[in-house]
Amino acid sequence: MYDAGKVIAGLLIALVLFTLPVLYHVVSGESVAIEKLELGVPEGVTECVRSADFMRREHMHLLVDWRDAVVREGKRIDEESGFRMSLTATCLGCHQKSQEFCFRCHEFSGVKTPYCWECHVDPTGSQ
Amino acid sequence: MSMDRRKFFHLATCGTLGLAGASLPIVRAGVRGSWLPSGEALAAKRWAMVVDLKKVLEKEDSAKLIKACHSAHNVPSIDDPQEEVKWIWEEHFEEVFPEQSHEFLPESLHEKPVLVFCNHCDNPPCVRVCPTQATWKREDDGVVMMDWHRCIGCRYCIAACPYGSRSFNWRDPRPSIAEQNPSFPTRTRGVVEKCNFCEERLRRGELPACVEACEHGGLVFGDLEDPDSEVRKLLRVRHSLRRRPGLGTKPSVFYLVDDVCEDTVKEILGEDLQEANGR
Repeated sequence: MYDAGKVIAGLLIALVLFTLPVLYHVVSGESVAIEKLELGVPEGVTECVRSADFMRREHMHLLVDWRDAVVREGKRIDEESGFRMSLTATCLGCHQKSQEFCFRCHEFSGVKTPYCWECHVDPTGSQ
Repeated sequence: MSMDRRKFFHLATCGTLGLAGASLPIVRAGVRGSWLPSGEALAAKRWAMVVDLKKVLEKEDSAKLIKACHSAHNVPSIDDPQEEVKWIWEEHFEEVFPEQSHEFLPESLHEKPVLVFCNHCDNPPCVRVCPTQATWKREDDGVVMMDWHRCIGCRYCIAACPYGSRSFNWRDPRPSIAEQNPSFPTRTRGVVEKCNFCEERLRRGELPACVEACEHGGLVFGDLEDPDSEVRKLLRVRHSLRRRPGLGTKPSVFYLVDDVCEDTVKEILGEDLQEANGR
């Protein structure tokens, strides 16, 4: 390899530059931990239509499945949980206000604001 | 380490298969559930409505029926006729039944307001033209449905419907809804809407909102395929009209017209008629 010294030194400098934001916090000891988002559910509620882990990962797909089942197939009950498939009655029944649950988490995660509430009416009137 | 071509392919194939096997649980997680119908729903092979014209004209409060529907379905009230949205409204008899009208109609029909709404045709032209299947006829009960999630606002269905039953949301409807009903969605700008035969109420075991708002049975709702249903009984013994029959759309909404002239007939012919009948 020609100019091995220069190339390796250059690579090292680039590496330091790229990782500077991380190194800064390591060196300064400033906390980089993000505060956990407390969404909260009402007391006494212990079960969701699926596990919390599944819902975090798949809620958007489940909602689309529910939508198609209700609107296009005329189905109404989710067999696994026995709950009625309803965004406003079932989901918001526990997760209170769309503003405080859906919007806050989407904002926290940096994903698009859900457009469900452009048509569906939040019964708590929070939108 | 040296590797010949043969061994490389063996390893690569085994590796690919292994990866595919390991990702199976992820693919299976795509199955998200199965669904059941609601136990309380009203069922019919083909839902139909019979409008008893005389009863609606003389006894029912049409404004109340319209309000019951429009407030249940979050229909905006927009005064501008170019942008108005309506599910159920009134039209003059001559406009509702252009083929069955003429200039010598009796007073009791001439320009009388007739309640109109989506006909839930057996052969719906709006369904044929929809490019996204946002509107379709439900095979099990004949309701012409709309899926507002899918509507792209092309308005082909508005052009295709010969009855003007469909409205387009030219603007955001929410500011024009006096009081939102949270159990039913509103629509957004750029979406078509129309009467849904209260599909959401039938599912809960309730009759349509307009039928329920009738105090004198002016609107009758039932199964057209059931020969013993109330609607079939009425159609069997009374004279009824369907809108624009020549188009072959086969509406599921019928208008009873045979008794609207009764009073006029009595007034003009009076006892002569009774005598004539007696002879």
